[in-house]
Amino acid sequence: MRRAIEALGARSSDVVAGLGRIALFGRDILVSLVRPPVRLQRILAEIYDAGVRSLPIVCTSGVAVGGVLALQGYNTLSRFGATENLGAVVGLTLIRELGPVLTGLLVTGRAGSANAAEIGTMVMTEQIDGIKTLAVDPIEFVVVPKAIALTLIMPLLSGLFIVFGVFGGWLVGIELLGLDGGIYLSSLENAVDFREDVGGSLLKALVFGMLVALIATYRGYSSERSTSGVSNATTKTVVSASVCIVFADYVITALWGF
Amino acid sequence: MQGSRGRDLAVGIFVLSGLLAIAYLSIPVGGCANDGHRGMTLIASFDEIGGLSVRAPVVISGVKVGQITEIDLDEDLRARVVMDVNSDLLLSIDSSAAIRTSGLLGDQFVALEPGFEEEFLTSGDEFSFTENAFNIEKLVGTLVHGTQ
Repeated sequence: MRRAIEALGARSSDVVAGLGRIALFGRDILVSLVRPPVRLQRILAEIYDAGVRSLPIVCTSGVAVGGVLALQGYNTLSRFGATENLGAVVGLTLIRELGPVLTGLLVTGRAGSANAAEIGTMVMTEQIDGIKTLAVDPIEFVVVPKAIALTLIMPLLSGLFIVFGVFGGWLVGIELLGLDGGIYLSSLENAVDFREDVGGSLLKALVFGMLVALIATYRGYSSERSTSGVSNATTKTVVSASVCIVFADYVITALWGF
Repeated sequence: MQGSRGRDLAVGIFVLSGLLAIAYLSIPVGGCANDGHRGMTLIASFDEIGGLSVRAPVVISGVKVGQITEIDLDEDLRARVVMDVNSDLLLSIDSSAAIRTSGLLGDQFVALEPGFEEEFLTSGDEFSFTENAFNIEKLVGTLVHGTQ
């Protein structure tokens, strides 16, 4: 009995210590952000790797999700004879929830895991140590460009996901279900309010981007120096970033309503 | 670490398309730019506004000419609705404002009906004639009590 409580206490302390380590890592990143030099070429390279190369998956997923929303929404709305609101249903669902969350999960899976693996491999092959011996701060050289890239691409990709989703819904609604394109778009425009809907959506995307940036780079940087350590870091990144995204989604949704 | 022109172009196009997507969601869809002023402020007092809310449209003959900017109570505890409409509108001083519902389950809006006088309303004027929001419960109550 006593050993069980001891074990519980030990686990809790471990969890708190882990949170502390990640917070200190986050502080190091923020401090590096405000200090020169600014490695613009590296930031651009990271935005290319994380953002541009995520475009295919984000855009195709957007069209598919928008199409599904149109199909499901039509099913329910036709029971109330309210199918002219399909544009509003698809648009609001995408803007308020699915855009930021699904983009966050896709980016976590694609760019978050890749960045964690890349940093983890650099740790394992002692490249990080090598950078330190050259009197260059590895956080500023390796971590900060990746963190900036992952944060900045999120609102952009989320916006593109939503637009492609609205387009997917439009395709399904007009071609498949025979609705009127003008009514689809005008119900969308009437229902969406910038401050409440689009503003909250962009805020969520930004917060999710920061979460993925912090978790992916931390897991990579603190991974064990072994191949299993790197693969561990990658899977832990995807799992914890995904869970944090959905919880943060709830918190922001609850708070933004006020 | 060398920059390649192709890669910079790709990043530039990516950022540009992302910003355009956000701009599309904000302005035509989200109505961010429409919060500007149309020029003429008019006031209407109602006993019952139902589900009318700020930023609801103001229409004449079905065409949107403005939106509601403020809803509060006046000293008589009636609802005082302030709306912002196109400044070139010529509405006679006996025009009326009515609260209508779009469709059966839709949102509520204010419909203006022009009058017949030759003097026109100016910014800050109040409507003399108003029509309250339709209240289903009162109608059902009237029907129920009327048939008993």
